[in-house]
Amino acid sequence: MGHALSHGEKTLSETGADRGTGPLTAIDPRLRIVAACLFGVTVVALSSLPALILALALSLGLLQLSRLPVRQTLRRMAMMDGFIFFMLALLPFTVPGDAIFTLWGMTASWQGLLNAIEIGLTANAVILALMTLVGTLEPVTLGHALHRLRCPETLVHLLLFTIRYIEVLREEYLRLRAAMKVRGFRPGTNWHTYRSFGYLVGMMLVRAIERSERILDAMKCRGFSGRIVLLQDFALARRDYVFAALFAGLTLALIMVDLT
Amino acid sequence: MHIVDGALSNPVVIGGAVAAAGGIAMGLRALPLERIPAAGVLSAAFFVASLVHVPIGPSSVHLILNGLAGLVLGWAAFPALFVGLLLQAVFFGFGGLTVIGVNTLNIALPAVLAWVLFGRLAASGSPLSGAIWAGIGGAFSIAATTAMVALALTLSGDEFIAAAKLVFFAHIPVMAIEGLLTGFAVLLARRVKPELFTHLQGTRA
Repeated sequence: MGHALSHGEKTLSETGADRGTGPLTAIDPRLRIVAACLFGVTVVALSSLPALILALALSLGLLQLSRLPVRQTLRRMAMMDGFIFFMLALLPFTVPGDAIFTLWGMTASWQGLLNAIEIGLTANAVILALMTLVGTLEPVTLGHALHRLRCPETLVHLLLFTIRYIEVLREEYLRLRAAMKVRGFRPGTNWHTYRSFGYLVGMMLVRAIERSERILDAMKCRGFSGRIVLLQDFALARRDYVFAALFAGLTLALIMVDLT
Repeated sequence: MHIVDGALSNPVVIGGAVAAAGGIAMGLRALPLERIPAAGVLSAAFFVASLVHVPIGPSSVHLILNGLAGLVLGWAAFPALFVGLLLQAVFFGFGGLTVIGVNTLNIALPAVLAWVLFGRLAASGSPLSGAIWAGIGGAFSIAATTAMVALALTLSGDEFIAAAKLVFFAHIPVMAIEGLLTGFAVLLARRVKPELFTHLQGTRA
């Protein structure tokens, strides 16, 4: 998954980083999460090709409205497609139906091909909508919004801590890798490489747990009483209702197309 | 190893989500607020580990290390790995939304199983014997994860059986590498900080 990050790119964007302005950035975070879930469930339930193509078009439209860099987002999506390609490529050969062609005694069927295209469209439409609606949120805001949506408090705290320390630990990892590199380490397929990577992971865990002890001490020192107060509040505005109505209408339209 | 939206049948998706919610609830019960910083930082560490690419022949694989996560976190591996999968789906576009329950179950249940089966063995005895048991646990959890991915696909339809077999056999080298790395990681951790394995887990469920 590391190759999803180009050189010098941060893992998660920082708190307070510039989120840009787009029509979508102003929408209530809770509403965006709910909309993404609604969209996901709907699209998975769709079964006709025209409806699925429309769903993907809707996701691409959302991408245009969001402030995500289009090329980079589509590149990440293509990377996911690379992973599922082999699974989908097998489908025409395993679903029985009308033959397209025969390869080494195996028959590819139109039904299987259709099935594979449907899965590909569904997967891309849903993940793109998720990335544009929820992925554009500041990670910490995501935690607060999930809390307001009645997610268990402990889970939200865990999420917030994870978000906070991913970049810190990644920098630590890169420092360790740099230290290995200056000592002449070059990864290959050999025992030495696997042992070195194993020690690297072990060292990261040891440092992580020691860091967490310092964090807890620092929190106690500042009067931590066993509860973290989540202060951020959200309020629905007029444009949120407009967005909700529009989005619900479009989702309904997808279902109508699917049924006809 | 991620399953994407649209591939699985509804009963599998719903069953996976319910089971994952149960596992997360078990994990959260094992996490008083005192332990949240440790669990959060370790969850971040495993997220970063999934960004590490290890060479294998002409190609490379990214690490999952769910066995190691289970050995260190116990039941808390469920919410910790769920958080990682959620962030991957939302900010990286890996995996899917409706299948996040199934994906969590596929990764986290083997982690907890590895802890139940090998946790005590990895944390006691000499560091070397602990490391060997941990390595077996690491390989076991990847094997269990691929078996569960294959099962989820097979339950969704007979047309996926070929893909399910492919997934399983393609991951045999990954099992070996994950086992090796888990073993060496535990070898180092047992020597440098033995309490790593007792620190976080609390009581055995």
